[in-house]
Amino acid sequence: MLTLCIPCDSLACAVGADQVAEALTREAAQRRLPLHIKRTSSRGLYWLEPLVELDTAQGRVGFGPVTPEDVPGLLDALAGDPGSHALALGPVEAIPYLKTQQRLLFARAGITRPLSLDDYHANGGFEGLRQATLLDGDEVVAAVLDSGLRGRGGAAFPAGIKWRTVRQAPAGQKYVVCNADEGDSGTFADRMLMEGDPFLLIEGMIIAGLAVGASKGYIYVRSEYPDAVRALNEAILLAREAGYLDVAGNGVAFDLQVRVGAGAYICGEETALLESLEGKRGIVRAKPPLPALEGLFGQPTLVHNVLTLASVPIILARGAAFYRDFGMGRSTGTLPFQLAGNVRHGGLVERAFGLTLRELVEGYGGGTASGRPIKAAQVGGPLGAWVPPAQFDTPLDYEAFAALGAMLGHGGVVLADDTLNMAGMARFALQFCAEESCGKCTPCRIGSTRGVEVVDRLIASTDPAYRASQAGLLRDLCDTMQYGSLCAMGGMTPYPVVSALKHFPADFGLEAAQ
Amino acid sequence: MPDDLNHLPLIQRVLARERDTPGALLPILHAIQAGAGYIPDSAVAEIAHALNLSQAEVRGVISFYHDFRTTPAARHTLRLCRAESCQSRGAEALAAQLREQLGLEDHGRTEDGALDLRPVYCLGACACSPALELDGRLYARVTPEYLRALVDACREEVKAC
Repeated sequence: MLTLCIPCDSLACAVGADQVAEALTREAAQRRLPLHIKRTSSRGLYWLEPLVELDTAQGRVGFGPVTPEDVPGLLDALAGDPGSHALALGPVEAIPYLKTQQRLLFARAGITRPLSLDDYHANGGFEGLRQATLLDGDEVVAAVLDSGLRGRGGAAFPAGIKWRTVRQAPAGQKYVVCNADEGDSGTFADRMLMEGDPFLLIEGMIIAGLAVGASKGYIYVRSEYPDAVRALNEAILLAREAGYLDVAGNGVAFDLQVRVGAGAYICGEETALLESLEGKRGIVRAKPPLPALEGLFGQPTLVHNVLTLASVPIILARGAAFYRDFGMGRSTGTLPFQLAGNVRHGGLVERAFGLTLRELVEGYGGGTASGRPIKAAQVGGPLGAWVPPAQFDTPLDYEAFAALGAMLGHGGVVLADDTLNMAGMARFALQFCAEESCGKCTPCRIGSTRGVEVVDRLIASTDPAYRASQAGLLRDLCDTMQYGSLCAMGGMTPYPVVSALKHFPADFGLEAAQ
Repeated sequence: MPDDLNHLPLIQRVLARERDTPGALLPILHAIQAGAGYIPDSAVAEIAHALNLSQAEVRGVISFYHDFRTTPAARHTLRLCRAESCQSRGAEALAAQLREQLGLEDHGRTEDGALDLRPVYCLGACACSPALELDGRLYARVTPEYLRALVDACREEVKAC
């Protein structure tokens, strides 16, 4: 019996994994070849998708990217010498891109079937939850504090402090909310994790609920990820049936639900998300009060994004010290970086903090897909700065990036070649902010629209003096937005604008000295 | 609006099921849109009454979120990603292709009513940009020829109806 593993991940399917699986089934049936196809999660080596893996006694052997037309030849090769096939990649775990990674969050990626509790169990699943049930809440909170885990969103706030605050807040009802609407453009780790390993997020939320004393949890997922919504809903059902939502064994289950967003980017901001969960417009709330004290329906609420909550089972299962030993300085653990845009080897790279941006985009990414010179990389999503190659030796660490006037955010890296016009990207950032601003505070609501107008005037003018004056105005406006906005939307939209202006003045028709 | 009233049983069913859900409004709107294809005007008063909200509050929520629509959709909906990663791989050229070949603007509809075009900002397919979603299905590494074939197939199907 031949066993082949093919991802069921939505992006693998978007580039033809389903068609390859169908072609294999059809062709094998014609040849009367006994074939078993396992639909696993994706390894995240997306440039090789659809990636077909042969399960052997010596481990998985890969072929990719496979098209349906390759299938007859592939089956021929599998019957004889698999290594001779033109698409043969050898043992998958020896591919340097994967071998050199430090996969904690994505340890099961490409290995397990997303909705198989047995696969999850067999690969270390629910060990963190088991450990958590042996501890009291204070000890779980202490473990999260000791691990140095920081929120994997923009602010990188120490997670343990939030946990302690919610745990100590007196209330009849507390909530754990997973912000799965933070799918910044250029990132896909959340989607991969929810589609590929949904039990990990569920396990993290159950542990969080136990530790802070919350009996209800919501996962607010962006509507652009329908497959993630399906996977989570099914996984919650399976986990509930298997008794995992009632770990205390007292018949009071952790009430975990998925809620679907409706296409508003601002709902990735935690207070706007809470408003949306309450059934309102996603308007940002002023802080204080902190959501940890007055969050969902006015009750203490632990809000974290997907990667933060998914890190928790690992910390509990393997110990805070194990986790803390990854990374550098105050950036502990690993971050799944996501290589996107004009990149040869796009995919997910989970590494401890501290490798350089150059190692990431040139080493792993292999430069641009177009083969043209790299112009810049936008790090940290649409609100992240454009970093020029001259700064690529910066280590990927929260503090080092903050010192550059940039941010790591979610770990998304969008690469661009020299054909991308940075004035256009600066305009796009402001236009996006104008479209998506919730409208509560003036710098963001008005500033973004005025910013688009200033960029348009700047680009249209042929008078150098006028251009310089508009550039000054734009910097001034960005300053107002950065320091005067209520949340990160208006506060960080200046990052891509100012970085584009600073590093690529020629694209704005400005002198380099400007 | 006779069509509108046809949806009343659906609306009542959804409200009966969801009205006591905490923060019910988004789940209600999603369920009505899933069933009717859009949020009929007749739903607003019903929802407001069931949730003890003003009609203005309900309309305010509907208009806030890009996903909710208040008119029926075309037979097919194409959401073309226009975020940075897809832009760096030619998304703007794909948008221009639709504009030039079909006169299809963002938020527009083809003349034959076959296809709605909507911009979207990230489908999580950034490692294989450019990407689009057609009727809920994701496509990546989209080439101009592939986009053309997808759109033509939608239009042919509607013509055949």
